[in-house]
This record gives sequence, structure tokens and C-alpha cells, in this order.
Amino acid sequence: MALALDILSWVLLTLGGLSVLIGGIGALRMPDLYTRMHAASVTDSLGAILVIGGIMLQAGLSLALVKLVAILLFLLLTSPTASNALASAALLAGTKPLADVPEHKDDES
Amino acid sequence: MIVLFSIFLLTLLLITAIAIVRTQNLFVAVMLMGIASLLIAANFFLMDAADVALTEAAIGAGISTVLFLSALALTTERERGASQRKALSFAVVTAATLVVIYATFDKPRFGDPEAPVQTHVSPWYLEKTREYIDIPNAVTAVLGSFRGYDTLGEVFVVLTAGIGVLFLLGTGAGGRGISTLEPNARLRHDLIPRTVGRLLIPFILLFGLYVQFHGEYGPGGGFQAGAFIAAAVILFALLEGEERTLKVIPQRVLIGLTAGGALLYTAVGIAGMLLGGNFLDYSVLAENPIKGQQYGIILIEAGVGLTVTGVLLSIFHAFAARRT
Repeated sequence: MALALDILSWVLLTLGGLSVLIGGIGALRMPDLYTRMHAASVTDSLGAILVIGGIMLQAGLSLALVKLVAILLFLLLTSPTASNALASAALLAGTKPLADVPEHKDDES
Repeated sequence: MIVLFSIFLLTLLLITAIAIVRTQNLFVAVMLMGIASLLIAANFFLMDAADVALTEAAIGAGISTVLFLSALALTTERERGASQRKALSFAVVTAATLVVIYATFDKPRFGDPEAPVQTHVSPWYLEKTREYIDIPNAVTAVLGSFRGYDTLGEVFVVLTAGIGVLFLLGTGAGGRGISTLEPNARLRHDLIPRTVGRLLIPFILLFGLYVQFHGEYGPGGGFQAGAFIAAAVILFALLEGEERTLKVIPQRVLIGLTAGGALLYTAVGIAGMLLGGNFLDYSVLAENPIKGQQYGIILIEAGVGLTVTGVLLSIFHAFAARRT
């Protein structure tokens, strides 16, 4: 049982580390702010859930588990909000997405 | 393993530091400084200095970044042209670095039991904390009681810094505040941050109070708690605007908090004198000397928290009011 938990926890941690890595690569390689934020959000959401999930399995039933749940809840609340605020601010500041939004198509065709 | 983590974090710190020096964009520099603070906080934590790590994360990465950003809003975002005397700066930096590197050769190894810091007063503090004060967190015992006089000095440094900023920038009374967006735009773009922010503010305040009053048992104390409570109020100000914040906590209350905290600390010291002990000797505050020590620490930590909250919020308001 303990071995199974350990293996599961290491799988979660490795997957979490991979998603953080993918998020980092995406944040560097994507062409504009919005797609970069999209890549970085992999770190915040999937990476955080997987890593904290892995640590939770290591913590077992203890006070640390409660704290980890609280941290996860706060992260799940704050990081999408921060992403939303960042994207709104960029949009208000006049940063246009690179993607083919309808207006762009009209200009080009 | 710890050494490996430390090397990793310190390498990242070095890269961040170089990036801070090299970037011309001040906004980027502020963000990088926040990252540098978090890295050094993680490093402190690896070295088992949880109290220092908490302070660094709360004040260095949190509040400082906010204050830098408010300052940045008053100036331009780009650095003015670099100094012309690059060779001279390079020589000075190289010389200073060499001196520092040379000095590290004399430093004891990390965790060396023979290091001066381990053989001088630390063993006495660690031994006597249980006997004299009986609280689990020896850091709080040293900070609040054994070295209470130093902490009093720190509180007055914070107070003086706050007064200095207020003299330079004004108290912000009569300023219009940060609401730069039109009401309609605010409603559309701020809906999600406002809702989540409103939800989170009570929990941030609660956590601040926990850090304040749990300082005897775990990492924490007045300095960190002050930063957390100030952060909660600054979040409120960002979401609801300056005016409403100043209605909730008016300027004179802030000044009262700032001065009151330092006064409370000093008053505890003088109360000790009046009851027949030395200045800042808490043992005489209660029948039982250990209880007296504990009351004293709770009171002076409250004083620290009040002053830090007041100063941070006053500085934030002073910056925000000038933005108009």
C-alpha cells in the first residue's frame, strides 16, 4: 500500500514537473502575450495541481495535508484571476492578439 | 541534497541579479527583484530560517514590489541612459567582488558546530528560552525579549522611514486616488478580480492575525503580520479605489497606528521600569515571571505589527495620491 502510494506520488510529481517544464518552454517560444499566458497557465493550473497532489500523497493524513489543500485552493482561486487581470490589462493597454481575429481578416482581405 | 538545492537557487539568484542589472525596463526590473526575493526566501527556508524566509517573502517579494510599482507609476518605465563611465564602474564592482570573495575564505562551513555564531550566545539563548520564557519558537524569544532593545530600535527605524516618506510625498490627504479607468470599463474588466479579491481579503486578514499571534509557536510575528494586513488593505484599495479605503481606514487612524505601535512598545518597556524591573524587562509584568515574559512579547509584537501596518499603508497612500 505504502509502495503504491509512493509510486503514484512520484508519477504525479514527475508529471507535474513535466507540465511546469512545458509551460516554461511555451512561455518562451509562443509568439505573443496571450498565447504565452496560455502556455504559462499550464504551470499554474495543471503543474500546481499535479505537484501538490503528489506532495499530498507523501504527507498522508496530517496537518500538512490540510495546509496543502488550503494552498491548492488559494492557487486555484488566485492564478486564474491573476491571468484574467493580466490579459484584461494587456487588452486595455492596447496589446492586440496576433491571431486572426475577425477585424484583422477584414483589414487584410 | 540541501547543498544541491541551495546551489541551484543561488545560481538562479545570480542569473536574476544579472538580468536586473542589464534590463533597461524598470517594470521588468521590479518583477525580477520580486523573483530574487522569493529565491532568497526559499534559500533561507532551506537553511531552516523559517522566520526570516517568511519576512523576506512577505516584505521583499510582496509589499516591496507593490510599493516599487506604485513608485514606478509616478515616473517613466524606462531607465535613463546608462552612466558613461563604464570602465570605472566595472573596476569598482570587480574590486568589491574580489574583496567579498576573499572574505568568504574565512567563513566557517555551513552548519559548522564550531562556528562563532554557534559558540557565542546562541547556546545560552536556546537553553534559557525554555526556562525563562517557555515558548517553542526561540527566534521570537530572542527577537522579542532577549534582544527586545534591538527590536525596539528596528520599530523606530521603520517609523522614521515612514515619517521620512510622508515628509517627501505628503500624507496623500485630498488626493483623488488611483481610479484611472472609467466606471464602465472598470465594471467589465474588473469583475473577476473584484469578486475573487473580495472573497480573499478576509482570509488574508485572518492569516495576518494568525501570523501575528502565532509567532510564539511557529514562524511569524509583527513584521510579517504587518505586511500581510497591509497587503490585504492594499488589495482592497486596488479593487475598490483609494477613496473607499480611506473611508474605511482614514489617514489619522493610519498615523495613530504608526505612532501607537511604537508607543505601545515603549510603554511596555517603561511599565517594566515602573514595576521595578529594567527597561523592557517583561518578567515583572505578571505575578509569574514566565507569564510576564509571554504577555510582554505578545504586547510588543502587537506594537510592531501596528507600526508596520501603519507605515506600509501610509507609504502606499502617499504614492497612490500623487498619481493624479
